Formats: sequence, C-alpha cells, structure tokens
Amino acid sequence: MSILQLCLITVLAPLFGSVVVGLFGKWLTRAHAHLITIGGVALALVASGVIFYQLLQTEFAPQNFSVYEWATIGGFSLGIGFLIDSLTVTMMLVVTSVSLMVHVYTIGYMHEDPGYKRFFSYISLFTFSMLMLVMSNNFLQLFFGWEAVGLVSYLLIGFWYTRPSAILANIKAFLVNRVGDFGFLLGIAAIAVSTSSLDYAQVFAAAPGLVDSTLTITNSLEVPLLTFICIALFVGAMGKSAQVPLHVWLPDSMEGPTPISALIHAATMVTAGIFMVARMSPLFELSETALLFIMFVGAITAFFMGLVAMVQDDIKKVVAYSTLSQLGYMTVALGVSAYSLAIFHLYTHAFFKALLFLAAGSVIIAMHHEQDIRKMGGLWKRMPITYATSLIGTLALIGFPAFSGFFSKESIIEAVHLSELPGAHYVYWMVLSGVFITAFYSLRLFFLVFHGKPRMSDETYSHVHETPKVVTVPLIILAICSVVAGYAIEPMIYGDFFAASIHVSEHHGVMEKMADHFHGVQAMITHGFVAHAFYLLLAGVALAWLCYLLVPSIPKLLAPVFIIPNYILTRKYGFDWLYIKGFARLGVGIGKAASALGDRILIDGLMVNGTANIVKGVSMQLRKIQSGYLYQYAFAMIIGLLGLLTFFYFQI
Amino acid sequence: MDIPILSLLIWMPVFAAILIMLMGREIGEGMKWFALVVSIAEMILAVLLISKSHISSQMQFVEKHSWIESFDIYYALGADAISITLIALTVFMTLLVVIASWTNIKHQIHNYLAAFLLLEGLMVGVFCALDAMLFYVFFEAMLIPMFLIIGIWGGPRRVYATIKFFLYTFFGSVFMLIALLYLYSQTNTFEIAQLSGAAIPLNVQIPIFLAFLIAFAVKVPMWPVHTWLPDAHVEAPTGGSVILAAIMLKIGGYGFLRFNLPITPDASRELDWLLIAMSLIAIVYIGFVALAQKDMKKLIAYSSIAHMGFVTLGFFVIYQISAGNTDFQMLALQGGMVQMISHGFISGALFLCVGVLYNRMHSRNIDDYQGVVNSMPVFSALMVLFAMANSGLPGTSGFVGEFMVIVASFDASLWYAALAAITLIVGAAYSLWLVKRVIFGEVLNDSVAALQDVTTREFSILIILALMVIALGVWPAPLVEYLQPSLERVLNLALVTKV
Repeated sequence: MSILQLCLITVLAPLFGSVVVGLFGKWLTRAHAHLITIGGVALALVASGVIFYQLLQTEFAPQNFSVYEWATIGGFSLGIGFLIDSLTVTMMLVVTSVSLMVHVYTIGYMHEDPGYKRFFSYISLFTFSMLMLVMSNNFLQLFFGWEAVGLVSYLLIGFWYTRPSAILANIKAFLVNRVGDFGFLLGIAAIAVSTSSLDYAQVFAAAPGLVDSTLTITNSLEVPLLTFICIALFVGAMGKSAQVPLHVWLPDSMEGPTPISALIHAATMVTAGIFMVARMSPLFELSETALLFIMFVGAITAFFMGLVAMVQDDIKKVVAYSTLSQLGYMTVALGVSAYSLAIFHLYTHAFFKALLFLAAGSVIIAMHHEQDIRKMGGLWKRMPITYATSLIGTLALIGFPAFSGFFSKESIIEAVHLSELPGAHYVYWMVLSGVFITAFYSLRLFFLVFHGKPRMSDETYSHVHETPKVVTVPLIILAICSVVAGYAIEPMIYGDFFAASIHVSEHHGVMEKMADHFHGVQAMITHGFVAHAFYLLLAGVALAWLCYLLVPSIPKLLAPVFIIPNYILTRKYGFDWLYIKGFARLGVGIGKAASALGDRILIDGLMVNGTANIVKGVSMQLRKIQSGYLYQYAFAMIIGLLGLLTFFYFQI
Repeated sequence: MDIPILSLLIWMPVFAAILIMLMGREIGEGMKWFALVVSIAEMILAVLLISKSHISSQMQFVEKHSWIESFDIYYALGADAISITLIALTVFMTLLVVIASWTNIKHQIHNYLAAFLLLEGLMVGVFCALDAMLFYVFFEAMLIPMFLIIGIWGGPRRVYATIKFFLYTFFGSVFMLIALLYLYSQTNTFEIAQLSGAAIPLNVQIPIFLAFLIAFAVKVPMWPVHTWLPDAHVEAPTGGSVILAAIMLKIGGYGFLRFNLPITPDASRELDWLLIAMSLIAIVYIGFVALAQKDMKKLIAYSSIAHMGFVTLGFFVIYQISAGNTDFQMLALQGGMVQMISHGFISGALFLCVGVLYNRMHSRNIDDYQGVVNSMPVFSALMVLFAMANSGLPGTSGFVGEFMVIVASFDASLWYAALAAITLIVGAAYSLWLVKRVIFGEVLNDSVAALQDVTTREFSILIILALMVIALGVWPAPLVEYLQPSLERVLNLALVTKV
C-alpha cells in the first residue's frame, strides 16, 4: 500500500468509528460502540506503524501528499494534504498508541456512565482531529485540526453537562484557547500575505527571503515581519499548550472524565503547541526575539506552575499543574533551539503523564470518586498494580536516572546550560530548581495517596480494591513505555532522525555541543547520579518524605511561616480572579453598556425615535395653523400678499 | 426556444400566492399542500438553473422585453453565478420554511405560506433584474409580504416592529430612487450593465454612492442603521426571521456588488474607509452588544449584524489591498460572498432552533431555559453544531468566509485583520455562552424536563442545514470556483476608474 493510502486509513479510521458511534449509537450496544471505535484507533496505530517502517526504509526522507483542493483563488491555492516525516510519524505513533490505551481504559472507567457511547465517539473524533493536525502539510489544515481538538476538548470537559463547574470550565477552556487562536490566525494571515501560500514547503522556502522585511504596526513602529509571525504563532501555542498567562484553562479542564485528562490534557492536545513550533523551526530559527520570548515564557511556566502543584490537594489538580510545568520545560527547549529535545520530552512525557493520570483515575475509581488526597493514604496494600505503576510514573516524572523522564528533562536542562541566548543563565537556574519542585510535589502526592496511615474510615478502606484488567493492563503497558521510551535518545536526538524535519540555524548550535558531551546512554546514566539535578531531586524526595511520611505534623507546624506564599499559591497568583472578575465581567459590561447606551439611547432613542419625535412635534405645531377659521386664512393671505408686493416693489 | 426559466422562477410563486389568497376562502388550509408543491417546483427549477448554467462571467438566461418605452425601462432578466447562487439560496430556504411552518402556524397557514411564496418570487426578481428600475420595483415590492408576515403573524409588539422596519427600509430606498433618476438624466439608461460602463465624474459619483449606501446599509444592516433588525426579528414568526436573516439581508450585500462597486467605483475607492470603519464597528461593537442580550432571537439578530460586517469588509477592503495583488482582492470578494451564503444557512438554522424551543415553551428568554440537553439530546447536538459554526469553527461554513476576509484584510492593514479577528473571541463568547445557559446545566424546571425532542420534520430540516454547513466548510472549492469568473468581472469593474 502506498503511504498516502496508509495516511488516509490513519485519519479516516478513527473518524469512521466516531461518526458511526456518534450518529447511530442508539442502535448499537455498548460493546459494539467500544469495539468499533477501538478497532478504528487500533487500525490507525497499525497504519502509523507501517508508515514508520516504510519511512525507515527511505531513511525518513519527507514525503508530501496533496489530498484535495480546499479552495483556489487565482494563484492562491489552499489545499488539504499530508507531510510525512520523522516528526510527523513520531507524533502519529504517540497519538494513536496513547489513544488506544485510553480507549481500552475507558471501558473500565466509564462502564457505569450513561454517556458511555457518546464518550467513545468523542475520543475517536479527538484522535482524528489530532492526527489531522500533526499530519498536515499546510497552515489551513493545521488550523482546522487545532480548532477541532479544541472543540472536542470543549465537549469532553463539559461531558458531565449538568455540573455547573464542568460547563464553566469548558467555555473557559474554549475562550482562552480562542485568545491564543487570535494570535495564531493573525500569524497565519501574515504568512499568507507575505508568501502568498499556506503550504509548509513553499512558506519555508520563502522564509529566508523575509528576514529583512518589516511590518508596520503604527506609523512610528515597525517590527521585523518574521518576529511578528513567530510571536503571533506562538501566542496560539501558548493557548493550546497552556503557557502562562493563557494556562488558566488546563487545571479547570480536570472537570472532564479522567481518561481524557490523560489523553487530551496531558499526552497529546496540549503538546500541539510544542509540536507546532518544532514544525515551524525554519521560521522560528530566523527570529532571535521570538526564541527569547519563547524561552522566558516556558521558564516562567515551568517554575511557577510547579510551585502551585505543591499546594494542591486534588489528585488530578496536582498532576495537571505538573503537566503545566512539564509543558514549560518543552517550551524552554524550543526557545533554546533544542526542538528535537522538546519533541523528545513530549514523547516521554506522553507516556509517563498518561500513566500518572490513568493511575490517578484508577485510584479515583477505587475510592468511589473521591479525589482529595488528604482523605487517602496507605493504598499500596490494596492496589498493588496501581501502586507499582504509579511509582514508575513518578520516577519517570521526577527524572530519576534510567527512567524516561531523566533522559529528556536532564537533556533540556543541559541544553539551556549550553545556550548562548541572553538570559539563558537565569532560565537555567529556574529549570534546575524545577527539579527540586517536581520531586517534592510528585512524592508528596505519592506518599499521601499510597503510604502512611489510611485517612479514611475503615469501612471505606476495606472496600478499596484493585481495579479491573481493562484499567490495569493499559497502566502496565504505559509503565513499560515510561521506562524504555528514554532509551531512544541515542537515535532520536543524536542520530539523523530529525535531520530532515527540524531545521536549526548554525548560530544556534546547542544540540551540536550536546552531541559532543554525549557518550552513550550508559555514560549519561552514570553521570546522572552525580549531576546537580540529582542532588536536588534527592532533596525534594527527602523533604516530601520528611513532611508527609516521617513527621506528618510538620506541614501544620510550618503553616504560619508560609502563610503568605501559601496564600499566593492556593490562589494561583490570582489569574483566575483577574480573568473572571476582570476580563469576563468587563466584556459583558462593555456589551451591556453598548447595548443600553449605544443602541437603545443613542441610536434608537436619539436618532430614530428622536427624529420621529421631531417630526411629530413639528406637525403638532403646524397643525395649529390649520384652524379652519376663514378670517385667519384671509388675514394670512393679505399679509402674504402685502409681503410679496413689498418684496417685488423693492426688487425693482 | 428555451423556456424563460428566470421569469418562471419569479412569477410561478407570485401567481401561486395570488391563487392561494383568492381560493383559500373556499378551500381553506388545504391550500398549504399547493404551496408545498409550488416551493418544490421552484427548487427543481433552481436545480435546473444551476445545471444549465456554465462557469462564465457573463449574464446567462437573459430575457429582455420593453416595459415602459418612454423611459427606456426594460423587463430585463439575467443571472450570473452571483445571482444564481443567491437565487438557489432563496428557493432552498423558502422550501425549508414552508416545511417548518407546517403545523406551527395556527392561524390561516395558507395565507402565511402565500406571503412567503410572494416574497420568494420578488426576491428572485431582485437577484436577476438587469434593469435598475425593475430592480427597484422588486426591491420595494418585497417589503410588502414581509410587512404582512410580521404584522399579521408576529408577536405582541409587531406594530412597532413593522413600522420601524418599513420606515427604515423605505427611507433607504427613496435615496436609491433619487440616485437612479439622476443617473437616468445623465445617461439615458436604466440598464445596470450600461450604468456600470458609463463615465461619471467623481463629484457626481459620491452623492450617488452615498444614496446607494443608505439603501443597502439599511438592508444589510450596517451599524448605525441596524436597530430595526433586532426588533423585527423578535416580533417576526420563525419563518419570517429565517427569510429575513438568510435572504433579505443578503440583498444589501448584493446591492453593493451590483451598484456601488461597478457604478461608482471611484467613489467607492474614495470612501472605502467609511465602509471599512462601519464594518469593523459592526464586527466588534455589535459582537459585544450580542453578548449582553437576554432574548435568544435578539442575540442571534445582533450576531447576524456582526457576521454581515465581514461581507461589507470583504467587499470594500479590496481598495486597500496592495494594487496588483488580484489574488487577495479576489480572496476578499470571495470571502464576502461565501460569508453571505454561509450566514444564510447558519442564521437560518439558529432561528429555526429558537423556533423549535419557542413552539414548546413559548418563550425566547434565555433565563427561562437551562439543561435542555437532558430532555432534547438530538436537538441539543444540532444546536451546539450551529453555535460552533456561528463562532467560525473550521470545518463549518462559518469559518470559510471569515478566514478569507481576515487573511485578505491583513494585506491592507494589520489592524483591520486584528479587529476583525476579535470575532474569534467575542463570537465564540456569545455563541457558547448562549449554549451554556440554554442547553447545558441541570434541568431548570418541570417545563424544561417535559420538553419533547425534535420531531422527524424538524430533525430533517435541521440535519439538511447541518449537512450544508459542514459540506461548505469541508470543501468550499466548488462554490468558490463557480463564483470566480463573475466576481472577477465585478472586481474589474470596481477597480476601473471612470473619472
């Protein structure tokens, strides 16, 4: 089969599953619903695997396919097509494999839910949209996938649509993403205007010629065109990949069922922004300013969102803030031109974070939908598989040497260290101290949930038991991936894997320096045990152990000391307050004012009814003249006649 | 000899309407079947029209007969792709309205449908008149059936709404009449094609342009002459709202394409800033106004005004796009045109959705609803789709026109594109906030709990519109390609200088 056919199978199989289950669900049993959708996604995974194999044969030479013309206006042509290279195929495998795990897991997680079939339809639709996004060969289709994953995310966050918090969270997610898309669309428009094309290949070919072009913002302000384009595109990524200050929707998105938290809000959709920037590396490499901006936004997200994770008590919220922080790490990597490392962290993170979410889901099922970690404890005895897999996920997340997160995160920190961008020095300290923060909140979560004395009634504790196989098998598979995924570092990062799909300018030689320091996986692990990061990691683990296991009274004792940081962190720096009380109210306020003042008073009151009133008023006055008395008319005639005569007399 | 297909399209429903009104007294409501047959026949004729047309910039199916010889007024009809597309939209939406009204209108349904048939014929006339006087006659006559529809079958404040509607539009068209008479005095012709070619000095073009502007801006409607629309919509019966939003507003946009751009191109170039400013105000300011509405129909009415802002922006931004960048000028025109078609489907669908709820609850008040999805899941799925289309989701038709216009305006100015792109946020805010309050949430009260989901008839209408919205969003190429030569001709006329 040709690669194009395989691509079509990859995208259409999940779409087919989604449409069939979505439209004809009424006539299908639950088993039919999950078999059809799982079949579709499994087929997509197999097809992606075959594409990977075929690309391997040709050493990952990029392949460009056009599927159909969306619209053509003169010489400006907008098409739908696929660009298949190592970057795409990595994303395809991550998306389809995690999606498959989540589909299987859902059978267990959602089995009591009345919306069972609808849920399967949505997650298959998501898989389709995400694949369209990553496989696109042009900005139009990218934007389609971009918005379509946003739509499915909206539908899934609000899946339990009777909950007020869920339907607030979903509109919030959509609107915050739209703020990002505002920038994204302007970036796309700028590209279209300056290159007369939206096809990646043509745009990338034209980009170097635009280095000296400027864009007029105001008469006195001109900015380099490429800087504008890159920052505008990145604003889109800030929405989708939840970077400060557009991150506020992601923690709230935890209102959705846990499987989608794993799939959409951890492993795949939120990494779309990271993918997009890596895909656009030929553009971003041309703007130092944009890269600097990206690096700082990423560092701020990585550091400050990690801090918030330390004070969360909801099991999913902790993992959500951890996701924000890890996305920050990926963004930092993009900023220092280590695109391949960003994608590599995206890929390892997809497995261990999906694992952590699904494990959290497993705990939530066992606890009968209790999510407060203060009411858990000692679960390791009751749920050995969830416990063991969580441990693996946690070790991967904190970057313990030899686990997958170690390879990707350690490399990012090293890349920042080697970067020559102004300010990289500060960013290095931020991402390095992030290791301590990550270790602390991860182990805090782990100890509170699985160790210590159970902080629940004995009866509840006695009812807790391991979850069924459909839940644990995906956990085990993802746990295996979380261990082994990191070992791909040698071919992926230091081989030619991304050579044809990621472009790095020779001025940004971070990765070359990295390659000089790299002496094989074994050496990297050995070095990992003596690196600064490892001591910070141990410190974080030790502190968590001390505070939450050894002497659980410490946090309470220290509370008065940390009252101010705690106040700030539990309020998440006040972003929500600003957005909801500030911007949202302001928007509705403007609307009300415009409606009342502009439309009702000024236009309708003054202009429309005002005109009517003037006409009415004038006619009322004029009416008085028509009294009907003959002598008044006669008098008026005489006066008039006299007037006219006088006029003509003096004229002559 | 070929059948005069355009004349048939105009006069068949008009005569059918007269017949229904005359015979309705004896036969009664059974005449609604006759109305249905006529609207189906119209649909067949429209399909025939499309299939017999060829992709070309020229007027096709031309009919020309002398009408008032002493003033050189002709009964001249003809259609290019722009006309044919809008005629097809008219006929299609009328058919849906006839079906949608089937059991919902309790009072004299045959006369109600007759009014729609009359309206249909006259609107088709507007879209294919080649003589300005003939255009004017249809343009004015069209008001009468709509006046009756709102005035007889409308809500409690229908008298205020109809008078406002009538005065506004009548006020606008008087200026058009003056402009046409003046043009005749200068050129001795009422033929639109000849007027488009006639040399007119700039100082004459400007007042003519302004007169046309008043006439069409009221119709679109553009800010600040828009306030009649929310009132008219609120009082109009569902069918009236659908036709008003889906077709009648388009006549304003069509007028700009046929009169302002080709007849007064230099004035259009001179005053493009005015139109662009009005369009951007419509998009941004009206978007915020929509956010504050408590009545579903008002909200959709304001949303219509904001969306029509993209049409006028697309049409007039062509003058500020770098000269010689024909592709992007075409992109702007195409965007405006596609937006008109798409808005026809989406706003029509949204008004039908409100109609579905109104028939059950007799309220358009957003606060009277909550949690409709619990009792009406199928309806809710469709309404969410249309709300998403309304907020310009890619893959739906709502995206296509907005995307084209935003991209094209970026060439003119970053600020035009940025202001227009605010719709991405505000449009989503009012559409989804509506959905949040009406569709989602706990069931508000017993009457919401007792709601019945859509009937087969309602479902069929909405699903057809849903398919159109998705088809146009996924593959706009056929429409764009079909419109291309005709719009190119408009562009050439608009860019020529006549001074």
